Amino acid sequence: MSAELDVAARVVELIRELAGREAEAEVVVRNEAEALTRFANSAIHQNVADVTTGVRLRLHTGGRTAGGSTTVTGPDGLRALVERTLAAARVSPPDASWAGLTRPAALHVSAGHPGSGEHSGLSFGFDEATAHADPADRAARVRDFVDAAGGLETAGYCRTVAVAAAFANTAGQAVEGRTVEAAMDGIARSGSASAGFADGVARLAASRLSGIDGAVLGARAAAKARAAGQPAELPPGSYEVVLEPDAVKDLLENLATFGFNGKAWVQRQSFAEPGRAQFDPAVTIVDEPLGSRAEPAPGLPFDDEGTPRRSLVLVRDGVTRAVTHDRTSAAEAGAESTGHASPYSRSWGPQATHLRLEASDTAVSTADGPAAIAASARPLVARVARGLLITDFWYTRVLDPKSLVVTGLTRNGVWLIENGEIVSAVGNVRFTQSYPQALGPGRVHGIGGESVLLPESWGRARYAAPALHLAGWNVTGNASG
Amino acid sequence: MTHFDEAGAAVQAALDAGARYADARVMVRRTEAMSARDGAVEDVGFDESAGIGVRALVGSGWGFYAVPDLSEPAARAAGRRAAEIAAASASVSGPPVGLVPAGAVVASWASDCVIDPLGVSLADKGDLLVRATTAAKEAGADLAEANYSVWDTRKWFVSSEGHRIDQHIRECGAGVTASAFGDGEIQRRSWPSWRGQFGTRGWELVEEIDLVGNAPRMAEEARALLTAPLCPSGETTLVLGGEQLALQIHESVGHAIELDRILGWEAAFAGTSWLDLSRLGSLRYGSELMNITIDPTFPGALGSFGFDDEGTPATKRHAVRDGIWVGVLAGRDSASVAGLDYAGSVRSDGWSRLPMVRMTNVGLEPGPHTLDEIIAATDDGVFMDVNRSWSIDDRRLNFQFGCEIGYEIKNGKRGRMLRNPTYTGIGPKFWQSMDMLSSETIAWGTPNCGKGQPGQIGHTGHPAAPARFTGVRVGVRG
Repeated sequence: MSAELDVAARVVELIRELAGREAEAEVVVRNEAEALTRFANSAIHQNVADVTTGVRLRLHTGGRTAGGSTTVTGPDGLRALVERTLAAARVSPPDASWAGLTRPAALHVSAGHPGSGEHSGLSFGFDEATAHADPADRAARVRDFVDAAGGLETAGYCRTVAVAAAFANTAGQAVEGRTVEAAMDGIARSGSASAGFADGVARLAASRLSGIDGAVLGARAAAKARAAGQPAELPPGSYEVVLEPDAVKDLLENLATFGFNGKAWVQRQSFAEPGRAQFDPAVTIVDEPLGSRAEPAPGLPFDDEGTPRRSLVLVRDGVTRAVTHDRTSAAEAGAESTGHASPYSRSWGPQATHLRLEASDTAVSTADGPAAIAASARPLVARVARGLLITDFWYTRVLDPKSLVVTGLTRNGVWLIENGEIVSAVGNVRFTQSYPQALGPGRVHGIGGESVLLPESWGRARYAAPALHLAGWNVTGNASG
Repeated sequence: MTHFDEAGAAVQAALDAGARYADARVMVRRTEAMSARDGAVEDVGFDESAGIGVRALVGSGWGFYAVPDLSEPAARAAGRRAAEIAAASASVSGPPVGLVPAGAVVASWASDCVIDPLGVSLADKGDLLVRATTAAKEAGADLAEANYSVWDTRKWFVSSEGHRIDQHIRECGAGVTASAFGDGEIQRRSWPSWRGQFGTRGWELVEEIDLVGNAPRMAEEARALLTAPLCPSGETTLVLGGEQLALQIHESVGHAIELDRILGWEAAFAGTSWLDLSRLGSLRYGSELMNITIDPTFPGALGSFGFDDEGTPATKRHAVRDGIWVGVLAGRDSASVAGLDYAGSVRSDGWSRLPMVRMTNVGLEPGPHTLDEIIAATDDGVFMDVNRSWSIDDRRLNFQFGCEIGYEIKNGKRGRMLRNPTYTGIGPKFWQSMDMLSSETIAWGTPNCGKGQPGQIGHTGHPAAPARFTGVRVGVRG
């Protein structure tokens, strides 16, 4: 039994002692060790690490529910957590939507081998070296990134995260698991304050720090930055586009948050209509929390309600198949939980955090080509008569959740394509675009042959994204006004 | 019970391990939040977080380490670890790091609070949210949601320069939202703003905003918006309500004047700034009506404190005076790099996060008019209020905002309601077009400002009043 499961079991015992047999409760214990090295102006300027064990309790008694958490995990702290949560539950308003507890159920993984789920075909295990990486390991990758940028100014981060967690509830479910991740994300900057800067980006998530090569990423970011100088300005209009994986990540993130979110769907705030062909037939989107060849950095094998996680097909060949549920939204929908409960899912809805847009079987060119263009995007660029190559999106916000109309800007490299060739760099543009409409039937002209595993900048989600060739994208202005 | 001893032990351990400067912050935070939907409580949660974060400076490298263990041995170990991490930073080091001078401060500070928000019964709080959402539902909302949040934070700060400061900060707030579903679209109205109103105050703030009394109007307006005409597209005179102007200040001024962004320290993630330090004191940011202050002493606003997380006392200063850019949000190290002689705007969102440059209360000083006078003086334009969407480029120049509600203005009168109002512009051009400003200031709270890696949530305040802008592009559609 792990230390985390031991703590969870002790909390369950305390619940029995203090709240009686009729109380229903679930406990999540997470030990997280996160270390992150940030660099800017080509020097390390922040270097942080923390180790936290958090205990989260949700307790339902007398038809009333309350939740609580603490980082104070000694005997007194755990007892205080139970007492406080029990007292809160007793005076809380009635909870008519309580969906009960997860019954005992086995995980869909082999013990000790996250990523060995039945669909992954992989057994890459838990990388101890990443879990115990030290500041020098991260600094070495930063140094490689900086050096590979060849004198351009650089900024970004390198991080490692190790999580060991356990879940137990009063219905008898008791599971544990651990996972580890490494990620690097950086920009290189060409130009000057007087002439204007041009940024290029490179980022990657991995299941082990050894899978991240700072020199490769730094060279890629620098190539983009060098090719992005002296940008032209474009008039507003609808443009055919090739989106590189970093930009596609933003589509997946917004689809997960607003479209495939089971609570939003129950509340009629989502565009999703399972069974309908809402996307181009080329589009297949799968959530892979246990990892796969295209997403070899799995999450925990269970969610915050103890539901075993497994892969979930959200879109198959253009047809919407499912939305993500926790127990609450599933009960409202008359469905089963899909294992997407989080501390926030009752309020914000259950969200997929390991989405993968299936790459095509197009061979990725190994021939020389412009270094600024991702190799898997080059065949897509070659088919564009007139359009844009977009590296990355920035500050995207939803204007209407139902139609999922999003506004935002481009960042880190945009180019004009004519007759299959890059003809000039373009300044950043603002767009206003319905994401499902952009991926709708007949709108996807091509998908790249390689998925890139990308870290979420803010949280811990990971997205496996290929390049995309889309028929149209609404540019509504440019960043210089 | 204080935690100065543990913080002091951590600082000493960092110094013993080679640090030339160190500070440590013990934080104990209790939070409480509840949400309700359609007349029933949906979620109730209480969190408690306690730990120590240690910052160490070795040569020109910073290190930070944090643990949730408040024993002295753990604190000493954290101090040593912070120094080790700092030493590793020096392997890819930049220019020398200094700190603007600060005298040792020994002090206590507590925010004003009339009604302890954690002392109000859960039943009463739940009843408030249930009644607010029921009222909205009965008035025609398809979906009614309400929430409140409470933060009770105690901090003990010790530095190697002799600081010894404890603070007790209580914050809370609440809001209600009514949504109406139409054919393929959703309209939403929120009171007092989409996320609610928040302040460094007690529960009296929540009582003042009268969620239940305002909920029916929100539902009626959301339903009316479904059939209201679309906001016209074009260039016009724009009158903004105070809530939307608060976010305009936050996004296009507050973030732009963060010194770490200006110096490039946030270039990869949060972005940089269009501002160039060589023009501090001479750059025209906006019209002469534009006076922006950085004021953590503003009573009750969400960005208020006694001392920032480097121990610098709260002080009011101008960021923009009579339209000229004159000040930045700074920390002791960023100010030193920039050659400035002040700091005071560094905070973190918890013991496990590195303090960084954050907005405090960044607000617009009031003008001479009322909103009614501004509308009466406008022949042709649009009024917009309550933010619905926000987006701005990484240099904080090009913005596009959507609001929940708009009204046309014709011949000095407020006319028809307008659906999906949006406006776009470029920061300095927009602020230079401000030609009328109201005196009706409210300090709006933003409890969800994201910045930094690992991500941190900042609490910021924005005193703002309605204002008028000319020649603004509105009605942007894809």
